[in-house]
Amino acid sequence: MTELQAGEGAQVLKVPRIDARAQRYRDVLIALVAFIVLALLPMVFGSKQLLDFVVRCAAYGLFATSLNLLVGYTGMISFGHGMFFGLGAYGFGLMMQKTGVPIPVAFAATLAITFLVAAVIGAICVRLKEIYFAFVTLAFQMLIHSTILSWQSLTGGDQGLRGGIPRPPFLGIDLSRPMHLYIASCALLVIGLLLMRQIAQSPFGYTLRMIRDNPTRASFIGIDVWRAKLVIFVLAALFASTGGMIMALFVSGAYPEFAYWTISGEGIFINMLGGVTTFLGPMVGTALLLLLNDTVTRLTEYHGIVLGIVILFFAIGLRKGLMDFIVEWFVQRREGANG
Amino acid sequence: MLEIRSLSKSFGGVKATDNVSLDFADGSLTAVIGPNGAGKSTFFNLITGALRPDAGQILLNGVDMAGKTPPEIVRHGIGRAFQVASIFPSLTVEETMLAAVCADQRRAGVMHRRFPLAETRDRAEHAMELLGLANKRNRTAATLSHGDQKLLDIALALVLEPEVLLLDEPTAGMGTEERWRMIDKVRELWEKQKITVVFIEHDMDIVFKIAPKIVVLCYGRILATGTPDAIRSNDAVIEAYLGSEDRAGAVA
Repeated sequence: MTELQAGEGAQVLKVPRIDARAQRYRDVLIALVAFIVLALLPMVFGSKQLLDFVVRCAAYGLFATSLNLLVGYTGMISFGHGMFFGLGAYGFGLMMQKTGVPIPVAFAATLAITFLVAAVIGAICVRLKEIYFAFVTLAFQMLIHSTILSWQSLTGGDQGLRGGIPRPPFLGIDLSRPMHLYIASCALLVIGLLLMRQIAQSPFGYTLRMIRDNPTRASFIGIDVWRAKLVIFVLAALFASTGGMIMALFVSGAYPEFAYWTISGEGIFINMLGGVTTFLGPMVGTALLLLLNDTVTRLTEYHGIVLGIVILFFAIGLRKGLMDFIVEWFVQRREGANG
Repeated sequence: MLEIRSLSKSFGGVKATDNVSLDFADGSLTAVIGPNGAGKSTFFNLITGALRPDAGQILLNGVDMAGKTPPEIVRHGIGRAFQVASIFPSLTVEETMLAAVCADQRRAGVMHRRFPLAETRDRAEHAMELLGLANKRNRTAATLSHGDQKLLDIALALVLEPEVLLLDEPTAGMGTEERWRMIDKVRELWEKQKITVVFIEHDMDIVFKIAPKIVVLCYGRILATGTPDAIRSNDAVIEAYLGSEDRAGAVA
């Protein structure tokens, strides 16, 4: 019946009936394949540089994708999302240095701390309108950064957490070995992306889209807008924090730059590069930014200028991120082929 | 039964709604008319919780809605559509309906399942068919015509299965022919759904033709209420609103 009706309208696109369950299986399958490919990568390419690149992609990718849940899906432009990246790195690093608990415990405890901090900051911020939300989140970022700088006895101030983070083996996993850390990072990345994808494609994900499009209308169909915003703010913080923990494990330390506002800026930059209309846009943006960073800094000391020109190209030239551009191109091509 | 008791709201010194008391019987169809600035939209905004009343009660089946938030009031059964179609531009017609049913079933926060939920399909389908939007289900709302966007806005209110449906100028911004089609649709919905419908309308021909009951607002106060005939011959209404020339036109 549906197909018949769809055929009635001349302009109707032939979109198959949305099949919810098939989508989930497809996503899990893609995630599995991605993980296997990543896990086999070291056997094909032995280069340590490549592995390091993937680990950094995992850390920044989780962070940037979680920022997209706020920016792209809910329309909340946070300029302070990096504070949770920093919180994850410092929380985890400190926990490992000071308490000596097993890594999974420190991981869970850091998430718990992030949850609490994000709930408090979120409760203050999410009721604010666009520009005020952006600035107050930025203010909290600065606050956390200054706290890290001035609380020298705990955080080491501008020196950061030095002396390395102890990484005792657990369940046969030894994160002090690069290969174990690599596999663990890939696993965290894939699981994190899968969870975020699930959130984005759930009824709650569509609630977020409605809030982005028209919060007033959303409240007039019975949605508690500020509560939904708070929930996604806290969830996004948890994924950003996970990214920070991967970073802390990778560099075996934590530095004030991890909590500086420039991290939030990079998150926004990544989202602009990759695009916010597709789920994987931020991942593509992450890879792009890290590649640019690595290559440009090697070639010239004026890398800021190059990065600035690139962002101008995307913002003014394409007016969208790379993935947005590619997806639109494919859609246009398909429509062209269909006549 | 929706009962408004001594509802008042001021902005600065201006009384936008001034001691308004009205009853809307179950299953009634009422038109609210009045000149620009008469407080028609404010009246709707008060009932739906977009504005907080200074005083008075809004009783839906005896429960006071005054001071409640819009989501709470919607869940009690008062739905509304807007003067300027208020939709979700990036969602398709079908997604809009499915997501709205999700919200109505208190499943807007569900994260462990995939959208759309099977149990929301029937109601979404029903609403799309009622409003004649079923063959545009895969169109994004932003690409719909103005008239279809207005229909989608009404569908959004209707899919929640409200007891009371408030339509703020369903024919706003439409040409004459489209207006009549829209208002026929409103009347059809009212008859089919057996719900209480209150609508704001500017076009007197439409109001007098289809509304069994008319409320005239002026400067935030009720000037008159009654059947089209009673309103047409009401001296206060003629004086303040219709004017002598319009009277001839309206009667003719």
